[in-house]
Amino acid sequence: MKKIIRSLIPVCCLMLFSALLIQPATASAEEDLFYTYTYDYWGIERESPDAYAMNSVVLGDDFGIGNFNAPEGMFVKDNQLYICDTLNNRIIQFSYANDEFSLVKVVTEVNNNGKPEPILQPYDVFVTDDDEWYIADYGNQRIVYTDNSQNVIGTIYKPEDEETLNADYMFLPKKLVVDSAKRIFVQAENINKGFMEFEDGGEFVGYIGAADVQFDFIKYIYKLISTQEQRDQMEAFVPTEYNNIALDSEGFIYATLSKFESDNASSSKPIRRLNAKGTDILIRNGYYEQIGDVQIGNGGGYNGSSKFADVTVLDNDCYYCLDQTRGRVFGYDFQGNMLYAFGGIGYKQGCFKYPVAIESLGDSLLILDKELGIVTQMTLTEYGTLINKALDTYKIGEYDTSADYWRDVLKLNGNYDLAYIGIGRSLLRQDRFEEAMEYFKLKLDYKNYSKAYKLYRKDRIEDNVKYVFIIFVALLVIVFIKNTVKKIRREVNEE
Amino acid sequence: MKSITKSSAKAKLIHFRDTLRYSLHCIVSPFDGFWDLTHEHRGSASAATFIVIMTILTNIWKMRYTSFVFIRVQWEYFNIVLNICSFLLPFFVWVLSNWCLTTLFDGKGTMKDIYIGSAYALTPYVLIQLPMIFASNFITYEEGAFYNYFLSFSIIWCAFLFLASVMQIHDFSFGKAIFSILCILVGMLVIVFIMVLFFSLISEAVAYFISLYKEIAFRFY
Repeated sequence: MKKIIRSLIPVCCLMLFSALLIQPATASAEEDLFYTYTYDYWGIERESPDAYAMNSVVLGDDFGIGNFNAPEGMFVKDNQLYICDTLNNRIIQFSYANDEFSLVKVVTEVNNNGKPEPILQPYDVFVTDDDEWYIADYGNQRIVYTDNSQNVIGTIYKPEDEETLNADYMFLPKKLVVDSAKRIFVQAENINKGFMEFEDGGEFVGYIGAADVQFDFIKYIYKLISTQEQRDQMEAFVPTEYNNIALDSEGFIYATLSKFESDNASSSKPIRRLNAKGTDILIRNGYYEQIGDVQIGNGGGYNGSSKFADVTVLDNDCYYCLDQTRGRVFGYDFQGNMLYAFGGIGYKQGCFKYPVAIESLGDSLLILDKELGIVTQMTLTEYGTLINKALDTYKIGEYDTSADYWRDVLKLNGNYDLAYIGIGRSLLRQDRFEEAMEYFKLKLDYKNYSKAYKLYRKDRIEDNVKYVFIIFVALLVIVFIKNTVKKIRREVNEE
Repeated sequence: MKSITKSSAKAKLIHFRDTLRYSLHCIVSPFDGFWDLTHEHRGSASAATFIVIMTILTNIWKMRYTSFVFIRVQWEYFNIVLNICSFLLPFFVWVLSNWCLTTLFDGKGTMKDIYIGSAYALTPYVLIQLPMIFASNFITYEEGAFYNYFLSFSIIWCAFLFLASVMQIHDFSFGKAIFSILCILVGMLVIVFIMVLFFSLISEAVAYFISLYKEIAFRFY
């Protein structure tokens, strides 16, 4: 016994010594802060490397302007960041250069022909390419647009439209975007007919993209058999309200809506891409609809499906949705495949308490937290960059380069379904059908597999049709010879 | 002695072969076929069991060997016993319920007749689905209509054969057969209900005695 203990002592010493040698555990602990995952074909969570990593946190106090108080909106143009510090009644402009934010100005009032007018609870701001500011001046019940030095160009008050708006309706603009033709699309409170559209100059045109009515058959039956009083207490079948709006590089509107039952998350299409007519043209080719979390647990006191608060679209048509239920960011590519999800609810850096807005700045994502009053900056990692490159090259038709990037992605994450399918697609283009089939089969992509198999089968048939023909002819000849032999025999026998 | 057993075994095998081959006649001319199946003893329980086993195997092979284009299985959660039972249990409950109710409705068939008839009615399921497993590996997603057509065709054929078997084995008219099939289906539900009730009661009773034993054991030790 003693012997064993004695022999163990040097081992223990060695172990202690080697523990001193390794890097302090901060590196691994930092990785543990984040949990990035994807879903496979079966909707099972697969852990993946971090696509975005925590970079920095923007606090109002760091710039000597006091902390943000319940900020609601955020906007990014080029390298300028605008934050609507709602309860402090101000808009703050930052400039981002060399991985650092610097304060540009704080806007608390607009100059209306020499008369200063304070802005009240700004909910959102949009800055056009020629530096016109469009401010959703929620507290003043108006939209005001100004030039870069806050001289008012025009204001939009409640549109005079008796048909759709009651006299006692209060115009409370919350989110807005302005397209290249200076049309203004506004998401206002208590409007369920879609987005309000204003022309350049502020004339009210109408509504666009009304969300369809969520119709529940059982509720309908229930309503049929209930009394008038009961019916009055029930919710009416009204179209749902959008809760946020964003523009992509082509000028299409991305809209999110969050008022739906958790059970019918995929049928209510929580994220939509609207064209000029207001039709939803979002591509949904992924394993699952773009509903955020596919496996909905109720751990940690969070339950129900993901509820998107905001969406931002990158130049490569990937879009990132911000989920308020579990504080996660979901990335989707232009085909609607989920790229990854990350984030969470919490106080640690890289987590959020009540995220309300997401924007992209360079290769970072900025996430605005209303409760904490901070902006979290998350930057692309090597892994995320590789995925983006693979998607970009695929989109412009360089399938082979794209496949090379996907191979690099696979080295970092062997569970990444899109990489397998991406490689398979490139192999398919190179007429290497059998290998392509293998890749598709691995990830159960039966549609692409069928495409590859069809071509493979055609090749095989074309190669082998001559043998089939030869065998067929040979059979015919054999049958013919057999018959003649029989005939001759019979004739011989008869004689 | 040896030669006698050998020849009787051979005779049995021939009988089995002939009765099994009769299933092919049965499925193409069901009214004739099912009448002779029991009344003329053209079928045998051994052939019927063979068809049932083949059906089970078809179900399993279908999961395993059908192209993933049509059927994708999560093998981690695949339970072969459950797969077998999900066919066997309804089948035997059907046979039982069939026997219970047709006895009341003046049916002519015995339990054995019903078993043989029901099993023979499954023949097209095996005959069509088994080759389709093989064929599915050579067709693409766009051509899946053919695949689905044949699968549903086999099911419809089987359903028709079940109807014919009830009619012919019990010597029922068409209307009475339909009515008794509806009753049989309700009877199946009742049987399942009683089974569940029985099992839950038994498990309660067992749990009671186990706890009683534990209580006594704790007292004495």
